[in-house]
Amino acid sequence: MAQVKNRLKPFFENITFDREDNELILNFGPQHPSAHGQLRLMLHLQQEQIVKAHPDIGYLHRGMEKMAENMIYNEFMPTTDRMDYIASSSNNYGFALAVEKLIGVEVPRRAKVIRMMLLEINRLMSHLFWLATTALDIGAMTVFLYAFREREYLMDIIEGYCGARLTHAAIRIGGVPLDIQDSFLHQLRVFLNKLPENIKDYEDLLDKNRIWLMRMEEVGVIPTEMALSWGCTGPMLRASGVAWDIRKEEPYELYDEVEFNVPFSDKGDNYARYRVYMEEMRESAKILYQTIDMYEKCVKDGETELMAHAPKYISAPKLDIMTQNYSLMQHFVLVTQGMRPPVGEVYIATESPKGELGFYINSQGGPYPYRLKLRAPSFWHTGILTDLLPGHYIPDVVSIIGTTNIVFGEVDR
Amino acid sequence: MRAYTPKKDVQAKAYYTDRYYVAPQVPKSEVESDAVFAADLAAIKAKFEVKEAYIQVEQMVVYINAHDIYGVLELMRDKLTYTQLSEMSAIDWLAKDDTFEIFYQMLSMTKRKRIRIKYFIENGQAVDSVEKLFRSADWSEREMFDMFGIEANNHPFMKRILMPYDWQGYPLLKTYPLQGDEFAAWYEVDKIYGKEAREAIGPEIRDTARVDRYDSDRFARLGFEVPKGTEITGDEPRNPQEYQEEGGVFLIKKYTKESSTIVDDPQR
Repeated sequence: MAQVKNRLKPFFENITFDREDNELILNFGPQHPSAHGQLRLMLHLQQEQIVKAHPDIGYLHRGMEKMAENMIYNEFMPTTDRMDYIASSSNNYGFALAVEKLIGVEVPRRAKVIRMMLLEINRLMSHLFWLATTALDIGAMTVFLYAFREREYLMDIIEGYCGARLTHAAIRIGGVPLDIQDSFLHQLRVFLNKLPENIKDYEDLLDKNRIWLMRMEEVGVIPTEMALSWGCTGPMLRASGVAWDIRKEEPYELYDEVEFNVPFSDKGDNYARYRVYMEEMRESAKILYQTIDMYEKCVKDGETELMAHAPKYISAPKLDIMTQNYSLMQHFVLVTQGMRPPVGEVYIATESPKGELGFYINSQGGPYPYRLKLRAPSFWHTGILTDLLPGHYIPDVVSIIGTTNIVFGEVDR
Repeated sequence: MRAYTPKKDVQAKAYYTDRYYVAPQVPKSEVESDAVFAADLAAIKAKFEVKEAYIQVEQMVVYINAHDIYGVLELMRDKLTYTQLSEMSAIDWLAKDDTFEIFYQMLSMTKRKRIRIKYFIENGQAVDSVEKLFRSADWSEREMFDMFGIEANNHPFMKRILMPYDWQGYPLLKTYPLQGDEFAAWYEVDKIYGKEAREAIGPEIRDTARVDRYDSDRFARLGFEVPKGTEITGDEPRNPQEYQEEGGVFLIKKYTKESSTIVDDPQR
């Protein structure tokens, strides 16, 4: 193939801007290190102050909803990993739960406990990652290194469980594929025992840090009305004065059996969000301690089931498949043709580390979803930048994007 | 003669369906079975026409008329405490009866309830924007326009959001193939190199699973690689890949069993 000269113009790729006299247009991204992915922000500036912000997304659009319409339900599970790839099990879980509600199966208790462990580990991983990258954007290199070190322990635990570090696909429709490995609980306890110390280390570095306070306090204030109107959820909403946590308000799995608090703040600024994230890490650790006890109780009670029993939709256990002809036949049909859920629709929201992760599934009784809508929290947390940024200055953009905790895998889907 | 394939829905189809299979239904229950939903429905019914309402998987679904949407959502936000619009989008029923179904997923945080408001529109009809009520609809409606081509009246900025502004076609329509259409295959070539370079470059290969065994550039001939541009004859010598360079790669030592330590303590 001959080399063909391309005709892309430098800087502004074939786009012309209409601008008023004194306004400078700054093209922030899509390749900006603090944009946390492919976010392109077109900022209209007067001096250093932003008068208009226009977030442009779609650089990572893979058409997951379209892909879902062309895949059987089990096939779609690994694709959900690629939404919020910082905490991929929470996406797996959201999808699995939506399909389970659609087909109406109840997951065995032991699988529920393992799922909760995975979810909370993912929440910790996500929050640590958030802390690390946001601190790095603002210039706190040490916190970045510390938080990544802790995240590494968690990734090792997850790797021991499912073999993957980032895209776990660790949850199945109807349960979990595997029991946790022998070293899981020990490793988790070692980590959890050290976590309070670690969180205190981060807080010692940041809480009263003059630079951190100047970049965070009174910056990026989201009033409650604005947060609600923009569909903000998760820490973004809780930092704006609404103590709404789906785990608490519409409990799924065994969240109604564990004790934890919902940290919230009425300040609505960057610092409030930072505090909410830090406190949520403590609460996650609290939940994890309780799930360890729950797991040990399951073992003691002899509950060994990991997958729900629903032969029409979910393959029988391996032992049955290998020994019983009819199970093998059903397994064959489920793998080659896929399950056929009943006709109907369902919208299930779960509390992912970023906020409300919702799956809307419309099934017409076929092996492929007729319509699947992914409600990713980061989508609206990016949209709010339109209203949030005007009035702020350029350095604030970095810290505001940081605290919104957007991940472009799920913004663009 | 080629078998006729319907063009109105080109998405994946089950390749085998039992002729006598009757798909079961996700159970629906009466709205009266839930006091909160019943009160909400009565409030909506007092002002607007409700075509159908039921509860499915713990959420109420209400079908209304397309022109009532702004009023219904305003009532729900101001009087019934449904303060958040979690999600809205469309479902393509063009193949069935040339309509779109639009749904709005509402959340009340004080009642801890979720309601789905739905209505049908004809193909080509626009919806009323609810962006004035919920700012989140700004982006949702843009996404719906981007994916289905459904426009929203009174929307401040009705442009594509995920796809490029100059894209043609609406990806989530059932008529749109998964791998993209003709336009999609040439989009980047035209954009980056210009139409005159079409012949030199060729269309974009959008089938991710495609393997061309005569393509020496794209790793299709693993173990039998030849220099770029060489004529492929089929009797190339095998050219095994060395995964470890002689002398070792920087930082990675050559693996020998004797010199390595095996950690067998699971409780490390």
